[in-house]
Amino acid sequence: MPESVSNITAQMPRAKLAGLLLFFLGPAVAIYTLFSIYPLVATMALSTYTSDPSGGRHFVGLANFETLLGDALWSKPFWNAFSNNLIFFAVHMCVQNPIGIALAGLLSLPGLRLKGLYRTVMFLPTMLSVVIVGFSWNLILSPLWGVAAGALKAVGLGSLFAPWLGLESSALVTLALISVWQFVGIPMMLIYAALLNIPEELIDAARVDGLGHFRIFLHIKLPLVLPTISLVSVLTFVANFNAFDLIYSVKGALAGPNFATDILGTFFYRTFFGNQLQLGNPTMGSAVATVMFFIILVGLCLYLFLVQRRIRRYAF
Amino acid sequence: MTVEQRARSLGVHLVLIAYSVLAVGPILLVVMNSFKVRSAIFGSPLAPPDAATFSLAGYEKVFRSSHILTYYSNSLIVTLVSMALVLLFGAMAAWALTEYRFRGSTALALFLSIGIMVPIRLGSVAILSMMRSAGLNDTLTALILVYVAQGLPMSIFILSEFIQQVPKDLRDAARCDGVPETRIFFEVVAPLLRPAIATVAVFTIVPIWNDLWFPLILTSSDSTHTVTLGVQQFLGQYITDWNSVLAALSMAILPVVVIYVILSRQLIAGLTSGAVK
Repeated sequence: MPESVSNITAQMPRAKLAGLLLFFLGPAVAIYTLFSIYPLVATMALSTYTSDPSGGRHFVGLANFETLLGDALWSKPFWNAFSNNLIFFAVHMCVQNPIGIALAGLLSLPGLRLKGLYRTVMFLPTMLSVVIVGFSWNLILSPLWGVAAGALKAVGLGSLFAPWLGLESSALVTLALISVWQFVGIPMMLIYAALLNIPEELIDAARVDGLGHFRIFLHIKLPLVLPTISLVSVLTFVANFNAFDLIYSVKGALAGPNFATDILGTFFYRTFFGNQLQLGNPTMGSAVATVMFFIILVGLCLYLFLVQRRIRRYAF
Repeated sequence: MTVEQRARSLGVHLVLIAYSVLAVGPILLVVMNSFKVRSAIFGSPLAPPDAATFSLAGYEKVFRSSHILTYYSNSLIVTLVSMALVLLFGAMAAWALTEYRFRGSTALALFLSIGIMVPIRLGSVAILSMMRSAGLNDTLTALILVYVAQGLPMSIFILSEFIQQVPKDLRDAARCDGVPETRIFFEVVAPLLRPAIATVAVFTIVPIWNDLWFPLILTSSDSTHTVTLGVQQFLGQYITDWNSVLAALSMAILPVVVIYVILSRQLIAGLTSGAVK
């Protein structure tokens, strides 16, 4: 900070500075605290209460969490949703990131023509609503319309077609792949930007040493964009463990068939809002939200303490 | 160019074209078929509409049996008002955090950054009961308040970086002339932040326009539904009427695509924080 600024603002009378801070920070801090932080805290507080049929609320400590994790009626759907969520995340990590990296690598090749057009087109699905994307794929994959079946038949793989979204064994992975199709633009763009920021001299030095494009990418560029890749991974983690829209719009709140596509977001919605099978339960819903909060927190901490710190050492 | 280089460049383009087709194909398929008669949708789904198969039946049905125009205007109001407030309050907070030294500024910045990573959705139970007791349940105001709270942390983070790039001499010169701090911000600094709007837009407008969760939780009547929720409910009701379903999907897709194509340069530059020229 240059001295001139700190001098001028430091000379400001205390009352005047306080007034300015109130004016500039007041609205943002008030709205953010009231509608973002307070609800989070209040939801966690509510998770330690239970409501009786008359509407009164009683403090029960951690009993809701004992029910959620210990009572088979609750714990079975919870662990089902949790493990489905892990699979959902794993598909993203194993498919979305490699494709994103590969596309970013191709786009950043020197002298590539039409790169603006490719970039625009490939990022388009990311801009659309998850609801629209989910429903469109639902139609395309539907055996009624027969577009997917026809496309497979055209390349001689007609026998591979199955109503993937309807089968218990394949619905979850299919939905995860739809989500990958939509959001691959984000790793692609972030990694692309990181690749462009690599100093030219480094690449030139490698080229002088006789390395080809592919080996330059693998041995020089890729290690340098590792921080971006891990950032993308943690963004994906948070988004996946908070996902809801896609499953809800394709499969409804019951996340069929037979809860095969139930993830924590849909489980939270059913618990909190209710559905055909059960009444909404705000206190248990709060408990589910609190558990989701801690899952996300664990993911963030792992990223901050393990990945982030280790990667710093290789950063340039 | 040698033969080998040319072959390699051709290979790269083939891969990129293949992926581009995969990316827009499904969208194109939905939009294209929304303009066809029912028999053509099923008979030749891959053919574009021609004189014999062209039909607007689906669109007529959507206009007749849903409040699509209300949904559009709701989405527009919610998105624009939220964005304006996020930009205004975000820029003001970012200015105070970067410009003034005060005790607790680091703690405050950390407090504000919680919202970047922790999804506000997890507080839905309390948000709903707050809105109910404030009488804001089923109003657009409730949505706007939530979206502003959701968008602020990221916009403060982005705008702080932009404000740091504003030349320090500019503000100090104004200060020496005795210009009040509020005028320095609104008349000297704020106009220089215009390029940041595209960046903030990517991170706030798109998620707000596309959100399903909060409209689903906070609004219950047709008059307050947004496009995303309205279309989602329409789709559920008319699931067997393929003309209407495809038309409703296209009507949700087209405005976004048009705006995206117009603004894509700025949007992509914003997303990559200016790295892409």
